[in-house]
Amino acid sequence: MPFNTLVAVSLVYVLFLFLVAFIAERRARRGRLRFLYSPWVYTLSLSIYCTAWTFYGAVGSAARSGLEFLTIYLGPTLVFIGWWWVLRKLVRIGRTQRVTSIADLISSRYGKSNLLGVIVTLMAVAASTPYIALQLQSVTLSFGVFAADTPQFWELPNQSAAALWIAGGLALFTILFGTRNLDANERHHGVVTAVALEAIVKLVALVAVGIWVVWGLADGVGDMLARIDASTLATWQLEPGRFAGFTFVSAAAVLTLPRMFQVLVVENTDERHLVTASWAFPAYLLLMSLFVVPIAVVGLERAAPGANPDLFVLTLPLSEGWGRLALLAFLGGFSSATSMVIVAAIALSTMVSNHIVTPLWLALSRGPAERGDVRGLVLTSRRLSIAAVLAMGYGYYRLSGGSEALASIGFIAFIGAAQVLPALIGGIFWRGATHTGAAAGLIIGFAIWLYALFLPSVGETGLMSAHMMDEGPFGLGWLRPQALFGIEGLDPLIHALVWSLMLNTLAFLILSMLSFPGPVERLQGVAFVNVFEGRSGARGWSRGQAEAEDLLSMAQRILGAQEAQLFFQAQAAGQGIRGFLPDPTPDFLAALERKLAGSVGAATAHAMISQLIGGAAVSVQDLIAVANEAQEIKEYSAQLEAQSDELARTARALRAANEKLTSLSVQKDAFLGQISHELRTPMTSIRAFSEILMEPDLPEPVRAQYAEIIHEEARRLTRLLDDLIDLAVLENRKVDLNISVANLHDLINRAAHAASSTRPERAFRFERDFPTEHMAVFTDTDRLVQVFINLIANARKYCDAEAAVLRIEVKRRKNRVQIDFIDNGAGIPKAQQGLIFEKFARLTDTSKAGGAGLGLAICREIMANLGGTIDYLPGQGGAAFRIVLPLRRRGDEPGRAG
Amino acid sequence: MARKATPLFLARRSYRRHRLMDAARLLPILGVVLIFLPGLWHPADAGRAETASALIYFFGTWAVLIGLAGALARGLAPALDAEDEAEGSVPATRGEA
Repeated sequence: MPFNTLVAVSLVYVLFLFLVAFIAERRARRGRLRFLYSPWVYTLSLSIYCTAWTFYGAVGSAARSGLEFLTIYLGPTLVFIGWWWVLRKLVRIGRTQRVTSIADLISSRYGKSNLLGVIVTLMAVAASTPYIALQLQSVTLSFGVFAADTPQFWELPNQSAAALWIAGGLALFTILFGTRNLDANERHHGVVTAVALEAIVKLVALVAVGIWVVWGLADGVGDMLARIDASTLATWQLEPGRFAGFTFVSAAAVLTLPRMFQVLVVENTDERHLVTASWAFPAYLLLMSLFVVPIAVVGLERAAPGANPDLFVLTLPLSEGWGRLALLAFLGGFSSATSMVIVAAIALSTMVSNHIVTPLWLALSRGPAERGDVRGLVLTSRRLSIAAVLAMGYGYYRLSGGSEALASIGFIAFIGAAQVLPALIGGIFWRGATHTGAAAGLIIGFAIWLYALFLPSVGETGLMSAHMMDEGPFGLGWLRPQALFGIEGLDPLIHALVWSLMLNTLAFLILSMLSFPGPVERLQGVAFVNVFEGRSGARGWSRGQAEAEDLLSMAQRILGAQEAQLFFQAQAAGQGIRGFLPDPTPDFLAALERKLAGSVGAATAHAMISQLIGGAAVSVQDLIAVANEAQEIKEYSAQLEAQSDELARTARALRAANEKLTSLSVQKDAFLGQISHELRTPMTSIRAFSEILMEPDLPEPVRAQYAEIIHEEARRLTRLLDDLIDLAVLENRKVDLNISVANLHDLINRAAHAASSTRPERAFRFERDFPTEHMAVFTDTDRLVQVFINLIANARKYCDAEAAVLRIEVKRRKNRVQIDFIDNGAGIPKAQQGLIFEKFARLTDTSKAGGAGLGLAICREIMANLGGTIDYLPGQGGAAFRIVLPLRRRGDEPGRAG
Repeated sequence: MARKATPLFLARRSYRRHRLMDAARLLPILGVVLIFLPGLWHPADAGRAETASALIYFFGTWAVLIGLAGALARGLAPALDAEDEAEGSVPATRGEA
């Protein structure tokens, strides 16, 4: 197998993965992704558990220490067949709390404390960096196997260059497909599809090599078993301590490794997928390990002494002249490494950006009033974090010089990740677990792991001198890193595992029992532990002083304008309010916080909302509700609550209607006076001037001038009456629509031109995006232009900015088009927003407006006739109106238009 | 409505479902016992070639556990849909209402 072919094949494979991810993203965007929601894709994506360490390393481990490699697979098997205990609860909590990472889960459970999020993030980065380096190493090593016959290509500089290229390519892929959307609860379809595909490749590769070994090189199963007993593996003895310890730590790691948590909980779309994964994922693991021992035994038989057993999967087919099989095995190993690195980078970057970068930025920038795009900031910080994580992996690889020291890093990373286990399990099963306990346990466990396992593993060149290893720091014998408290003779891994997890758990339990949790923490404790009891649990916000409009402008910066507006609209509709501004009830605030948490993590979301609400977030009543655990009362009060919710909604709707009626009636009275006045003024002047005209000897110029005035006043009267008639026709839906096709861009141009006569003297600028405007609309174009003219003229009239700017944004949403007219003036006060579309409404004095206040009322009726809507859009920094228009009216065919 | 018309059927089915949940909770415990059993019976008389049989034992146990988990998964899938009944600890408050 020539080396160049190999490089070409890997490049083609990588391109293929990009293509698959790209197509999956596109299909997802068009809503055609039913296969993506299958439990099989979920199960396959879990296979990132099997990294290159297990793909290549399992055979090496079997060759060195017999069946011990099975522990790595048996631990997760136990967790998955026991899904009813832990996994089901984790996934449910992940979905209800919109958890974005394992750090977010811990931080959210213990009172949305960002400190815990930072601790877990740092631990995860420390444990994962060497693991990512290990993946890079395994890919470069496997390249090296193929380059063995052309060594000039494979000097060390070239190896590093290869690792750099791989790290760069992975960073590119992850950034492209991993940071598309901000909400971590939205799945990364491209990534998940590519990972599922790679899962199949690695399984097929390993099974193919295995079948070839058992039925090609050996003579079937019977012969194989005989060979196993004849090999050096036959004398393997099961060491119960190591066996149990490794099984336990693998079981813990499958829950707590950041990348496993990402695919297991964050990317889960449907709890029912767990049902399939509960047996299918163990079955996948079984197939992955079925042929490990045969490959190891035959490899030991045939390989040259001193050959690296870690690479038997590759070298065995290669040395027997099965180049294509070796190539397949190479792609399997490549897949294992790349899929792990991609998902790990996504998980770590989410944690780093949500728990370190964003809170820092929030702390540094003063208050939420400052306008800034948080969304862009978070996405950028996520992209940079991905690049940083991969750069650190590469750096570690360069530093360790690709040495053997990396080989043991798998379990070291597992034990590091397992430190989160007490806080995690305690957090979801025990309401007494507290923030203090969790922090103490995590820090102690992490410290012991660093001291007793991680630093010694870096080697003598690292921080631990041989002297310190033998004598302990400052000659304190009982502090020797691998013989803490004088207990010697333990396996270093087991030694570190036992001490770190034991002291971690002890600290967690004891301090939890001694300390007292804060209010938010207690609420979150109930929400997590009792997640199955139907109640959404923690509401956490007493009625706040926040203005819904402030909340909306904040939410827009995080979720994006469209998503935030849809969410607010839906929440308002749930409260029986039309428009974009729901009342800031505790329920609404809790829902908003959860929604934001899906993007920036629970701690940050909580902090941002409390910035706006100001002060204490939990009321005494809420805490009493927590303390009150009697099930019947809860049930009963839940029913009452549902009823009173319903009542409150009706009452709110009634109150709104009543307020509107009252103010309308006041307005109507005012209008009657006003319309009389409006009618009388021109009438008076018409009468007066016509009387003058009756005088016989008036000079001709004066007569002409007076006639002109009479004419002008008569026109004003006609216009007013026309408007009233027009409105009456529109309201009765008796209007004849003249449907035709037109380009939206031309219509806006027409309107802008027609409206230019309104206050022509003032500086007025349009901000438009022409390409988006080119769109065919099928409607009554004259009526639509009338609406546009009205909005533009209003902006020209009322926008009080020094240099008035009107922004027109056109967006297509499915079969509707949405046109926003946003100016940079002071906007419309909230109290008036509900009234502006009513007849005769006018915010300023008559003389300035020069009309009877019918414009927006006519606009609303026109839009209703056209099958669309017009609404005031709050929180845009100026007066903003949104028109939504169907591209084609329902039931209208081009043929019978008109 | 249809539920109340066939109370006997409902009781039976939810009873069976609860026992299935018990089984699902017990399965990992059975798994732990089976996987750590060899640690008990391996005496320290080194030198006997029994890795092949240990291999068969582990993979056999593993396959049995997967099979049992698969069978339980089939039975439990409907329990996730009927979420109210899924929690054995809370006696169907809503059914009585």
